[in-house]
Amino acid sequence: MNGAEYIIQFLEKKGVDLVFGYPGGAVLALYDALGRSSIKHILTRHEQGAIHGADGYARVTGKTGVCFATSGPGATNLITGIANAYLDSAPILVITGQVGVDSIGRDSFQEADIVGITMPIVKHNYLVKSLYDLPAVLEEAWNVAQRGRPGPVLIDVPKNVFAGVADFPEAVFTPPNRKIPLKNSLEKQIERAVAALREAQKPLILAGGGVVASGAEDLLAEFRKHTKIPVVNTLMGKGAVPEELGGSLGMVGMHGKPAANLALSGCDVLLALGVRFSDRVTGNPQNFLPATCIIHVDIDPAELSKNVHTEIPVVSDVQKFLTLLLSRLKEEGFKPRYGPWLAQVDAWVKQYPLHFETGDLLKPQQIINEVAKQVTGAPVVVTDVGQHQMFVAQFFPVQGKRNFITSGGLGTMGFGLPAAMGAAFGRPGEQVVLFTGDGGFQMTVQELAVMAQYQLPVKAFIINNSCLGMVRQWQELFFKEHYAHSLFSCGPDFVKLAEAYGVKGLRLAQPAELAGTIREALQHSGPVVVDCLVDQGENVLPIIPPGGQPNEMLGRWRGEAHVSRIS
Amino acid sequence: MAAHTLSVLVENRPGVLTRISGLISRRAFNIESIAAGYTEESNMTRITIVVNGNDQEIEQVTNQLAKLVDVIKIVNLTKVDSLDRELVLIKVKALPEKRSDIVDIVDIFRARIVDVNRETMVIELSGDQDKIDALCEVLKDHGIVEIVRTGKIVISRGPLPAKEL
Repeated sequence: MNGAEYIIQFLEKKGVDLVFGYPGGAVLALYDALGRSSIKHILTRHEQGAIHGADGYARVTGKTGVCFATSGPGATNLITGIANAYLDSAPILVITGQVGVDSIGRDSFQEADIVGITMPIVKHNYLVKSLYDLPAVLEEAWNVAQRGRPGPVLIDVPKNVFAGVADFPEAVFTPPNRKIPLKNSLEKQIERAVAALREAQKPLILAGGGVVASGAEDLLAEFRKHTKIPVVNTLMGKGAVPEELGGSLGMVGMHGKPAANLALSGCDVLLALGVRFSDRVTGNPQNFLPATCIIHVDIDPAELSKNVHTEIPVVSDVQKFLTLLLSRLKEEGFKPRYGPWLAQVDAWVKQYPLHFETGDLLKPQQIINEVAKQVTGAPVVVTDVGQHQMFVAQFFPVQGKRNFITSGGLGTMGFGLPAAMGAAFGRPGEQVVLFTGDGGFQMTVQELAVMAQYQLPVKAFIINNSCLGMVRQWQELFFKEHYAHSLFSCGPDFVKLAEAYGVKGLRLAQPAELAGTIREALQHSGPVVVDCLVDQGENVLPIIPPGGQPNEMLGRWRGEAHVSRIS
Repeated sequence: MAAHTLSVLVENRPGVLTRISGLISRRAFNIESIAAGYTEESNMTRITIVVNGNDQEIEQVTNQLAKLVDVIKIVNLTKVDSLDRELVLIKVKALPEKRSDIVDIVDIFRARIVDVNRETMVIELSGDQDKIDALCEVLKDHGIVEIVRTGKIVISRGPLPAKEL
């Protein structure tokens, strides 16, 4: 058996049935073995499409996504996608080809030091210089990608290692012990959390991506039923708690919902579950909720006190923590008595609904609302990055588990289309709704070919404002309306572009066509691209100016003509 | 801001020093000194790093380092009763008429002369940083040609090795 065959056999044993990738000189042996295996390969049209596809697949399934690319440019084309998966903690195993061991370091054809290049953006990476190291490296890499806080792992395999023949030894993975003793035991921190909740008058749960990663959605629902504590979520935590009446108050942060941000700034105990206190949530971390007792639960000890000082740091998987906390609260007969606080939160929800004006031009929010109204069941919702992403976060009530896929940490334009493709492969038979912008869509548009080839049920809505909306908005608000290089003076006909790839194309240009065109798109069984022409001047509101606190939102409140600070 | 000495035990794998130093610099911490070498275990390397920061920053850098797959254990030896040493080699101008002065200085510091030629001498000294700084200062008057320092290495007092602290 050669190295390539061993790798494919390893992946089969781990239950991998799908790989995204792009072949090339250094991985010919790997593809030769892949082509003779049971594993399905999705040939994307760019390596970036492959890595985002594996990312989308990993996020909707909870399984590890696998991605192949060749040496040099093949490998370097993956970088944005690896960084994206790293910041959003998506488990991905990347296998890249490398020039032969004897050619390394000689600036050989298609040689790039991908291990050196990706070191800061992977959980771990390997250059396999000896054939006999393959079993141990694969076993460790597979485990590292999934264990604890998930993330991307890259294995760089020289051409001669793929081709070399050997009797491979059996490899066993031994999980490492904790390298730094915990200052406080989990039991002790649970007791402190119980005490804090006992004293709390105005508690709040902040649900982050860690709730999704640990599969704690149901447990969190039970915890809420028992404690009645209101919930807000981060962008990555969207969908962890259903967004319906009595569910999550919505997203917090720079473009968060008013009631959610007011609850965040008004709470006295914050139970932060699987969040990393990103600057989009905290503004200036030094002034973030100075009077609030924060219980910060994260599986990654390095997240505790990284950005925000917390009173009760807890190193734990969210699911394990909630199980223990809930049984402890039940044991002592905990009775919620947060009546006045819940009334206050309800008042905020009623007083500050999200608000936008309608008129002759279509608004992005109208399209998102109408799609949400018309979809049946709980579709997977995928976004690209920018204004439309924030509008979806604000307006689309995501239902079900692992159904919201977005580039949160890195903010990668071009993520949407290939991630939606990956999501469709991960959840066959389910509907996938993609919202994207005319900017981001053009960055990875080539993956329409894969959509057409497999007739993926992806409904792509391009919120087309003929500009880079978020850039334009910041230029309007913070650079005196100097729209330097953010407005597209020329764009493609997206309907014709879709049709050129063999994908159904529709155009939505008038408010009157809203319901009909969206119905037509959703009823079509295969992929659809809907070019939605919207008001270029629409801004995402509310907005907390950079460095501001959660309650310092600027918005256009009901009945007001101008943007003003919430009072 | 205080200097903290971290003893980082790592797997002897290629690129491990790059992983450690790269992580520290990209998380915006400054390395004051770094010294690496083999240990009592053939597959383990010990890296002694001196970094500046307050307690919270040091905790953060320690937690980040601990996430690296190749890291076996990290001990903050600043908080442990321990011995620290650094080795220096100094090439100093030593014309015949100045040699006896330099020999006196070397005696006082309990340093050693390890090489002599017509114009210069090489002096070796091990000790803590202050002692080495002091010798360098005194030799300045004679004209230092070059200085090579190893960076600090640290070992705890008492019977236990760092990996068991």
